[in-house]
Amino acid sequence: MAKLKSPGELETLRSSIIQKRDPNKPCITICNGTGCQSYGGKALTASFKNEIKKQNLESKVDIRVTGCHGFCERGPLVIIKPAEILYQRVRIKDVPEIVLETAVNNKVIERMLYTDKASNQKITSEKDVPFYKLQKRLIFGNNGLIDPTSIEDYLAVGGYTALAKAIKMTPENVIEEVKKSGLRGRGGAGFPTGSKWESTRNAEGDVKYVICNADEGDPGAFMDRSLAEGNPHSVLEGMVIGAYAIGSHEGFIYIRNEYPLAVRNMTTAIEQAEANGLLGDNILGSGFSFKIKIKRGGGAFVCGESTALMASLEGKVGEPRAKYIHTSEQGLWGKPSNLNNVETWANIPLIISKGADWYSQIGTAGSKGTKIFALTGNITNSGLVEVPMGITLREIIFDIGGGIPKGRKFKAVQTGGPSGGMLPENMLDLSVDFDELTKAGSMMGSGGMIVMDEKTCMVDMARYYTTFLEGESCGKCVPCREGLRQMKYILDGITQGRGKEGDIELLEELCATLLDASLCQLGQSAPNPVLSSIKYFRDEYEAHIKEKKCPSGVCKIG
Amino acid sequence: MAENKLKDEVKQILKKYQNDKSALIDILHDTQSAVGYLPREALEAITKGLDIPLSRVYSVTTFFKAFHLTPRGRNLISVCMGTACHVRGADKVLAQIEQELGIKDGENTTDLKFTLETVNCVGACALGPMVIIGEDYHGEMTPEKVGDVLKNYS
Repeated sequence: MAKLKSPGELETLRSSIIQKRDPNKPCITICNGTGCQSYGGKALTASFKNEIKKQNLESKVDIRVTGCHGFCERGPLVIIKPAEILYQRVRIKDVPEIVLETAVNNKVIERMLYTDKASNQKITSEKDVPFYKLQKRLIFGNNGLIDPTSIEDYLAVGGYTALAKAIKMTPENVIEEVKKSGLRGRGGAGFPTGSKWESTRNAEGDVKYVICNADEGDPGAFMDRSLAEGNPHSVLEGMVIGAYAIGSHEGFIYIRNEYPLAVRNMTTAIEQAEANGLLGDNILGSGFSFKIKIKRGGGAFVCGESTALMASLEGKVGEPRAKYIHTSEQGLWGKPSNLNNVETWANIPLIISKGADWYSQIGTAGSKGTKIFALTGNITNSGLVEVPMGITLREIIFDIGGGIPKGRKFKAVQTGGPSGGMLPENMLDLSVDFDELTKAGSMMGSGGMIVMDEKTCMVDMARYYTTFLEGESCGKCVPCREGLRQMKYILDGITQGRGKEGDIELLEELCATLLDASLCQLGQSAPNPVLSSIKYFRDEYEAHIKEKKCPSGVCKIG
Repeated sequence: MAENKLKDEVKQILKKYQNDKSALIDILHDTQSAVGYLPREALEAITKGLDIPLSRVYSVTTFFKAFHLTPRGRNLISVCMGTACHVRGADKVLAQIEQELGIKDGENTTDLKFTLETVNCVGACALGPMVIIGEDYHGEMTPEKVGDVLKNYS
């Protein structure tokens, strides 16, 4: 394909792609995110391809293999367009029937439809399923519409429109737009993205770097993977716009090696964008050049921290450093560097194409836009959900997530990954907002949301998170390395029946030291699970210590 | 792998990354995929090729969870210990695998048939507890299913 030399040529290409497509032609869309692949999605896809060949329907029925749709609980998911019929838990034996009955004859096969548990009704269309209906899928929605390995698919849904618009603006205006949108970093800390860009742009030096953090290390979180796997071009487009605004010509995507499909799809996307003149030298004939390299991570949770990630990019041990000098001034190789997370980058095209005024209408005063959560644990509908900021935890867990399975009661929800806090039932009406969650003793984090039922022991959960964090502490600073070790020792004791009077206070004291004296966010946020569980579930600690009993029956005491 | 072959292999990988020091982690990943683990000879060859001290290569290798200095079994069992799997009983599944194979997390069976390790999240939380053997995903695992699943590997 020839390189596009102007925004006009991009539009011509887009029109020709759309014109070639018949919106009424049946298309079988098969989800092949990692979740659906685990259910056998690959074999299912092959079976669909064979069946279409066998029935000689190649010219009549299209197949599209997409990334994650989010409703992992009911995978493998298959959607038949244009009628948008959703089939769930599809098996290979169902394939011939779907091809013949639904794709060709447009008949609905009842048994594969989703049944709404509340009304006991079969639902035909994806958009009417309560799990999807209450979401606002601005960032994640395109995953179901495009084949992530096809740049044409991305262009057909309006891809790279924002880039074409951005390069006609001045870099300052692009930054102003992002600032005005109110977008805050989706990686955890919630720092205003526009201000970060501005500091990097204003920092002295000709060489500047733009980095995408795709090292999603939180156990129980997989939204970044689903974006990188399912819509890699949206991340690239965001990065190119950011690089243009900041004045950077070289970028890196630091991606988890445990996400092979994401690495593969991202690599393909980079090659396609370069071949089309949307990345590389003289992007869309604007004179602006920007290159992106992929670097694989080595599996260290601490590398989600910006300075540790940059050390790792330099080929060094992923240890963080003190940040009295910001990375926007001295980051990678001592040069001004701007790091944002996958989801943050994926928000950028939307802000630029629809405008900050439109974007900032969504959400709360201090938190704009939507957030994708990985809803997991003891929940009826596990999966990825994208909701507007300001929605309550109760709405996410009960209305979208379908509540707690097996007729059990809700006990707690943990937001923000392993170093988030655990919130009890009376906090369920809390709205999802960076500041509200922090005030309650938890955090937005990167977007893990783990639901726990009444059979979960909160002391055991605190022990679990502390053990994880102790293992992932890089060992550079003493409070984190030694503090977490002692906390783990005390929590092991309590959960094994060796708890003693004063343990809770000692834990609180250690937490205070970690908060005050740790070098990076790993240590500074590590006390959250312990402090929040003491605050909201102190009676459980006391039962373990004084009565040598685990009220939930999880810990083996005695 | 014979030492000469190993050195050639490392040389090819170094060439792919143009002997770039900052690509150390990628180079270690590729070497490990080719050799199966990271023997001392491979680390020495990387040291020479990148002109950095062995201590630095060693510190990076031991810092990151992905790298291994000893040989690995033919079938890698990864038991997900992520939070979603944890609340659904992953520890009981792990205990059962440890008992059946007579090895602990991080160890190989003596016949090198299996290596057992725990991972923090494979992002297939809806199917937890999750056990991955080689490239096969075994979702909704229970201690009772362990024996039958392990039988399928040689």
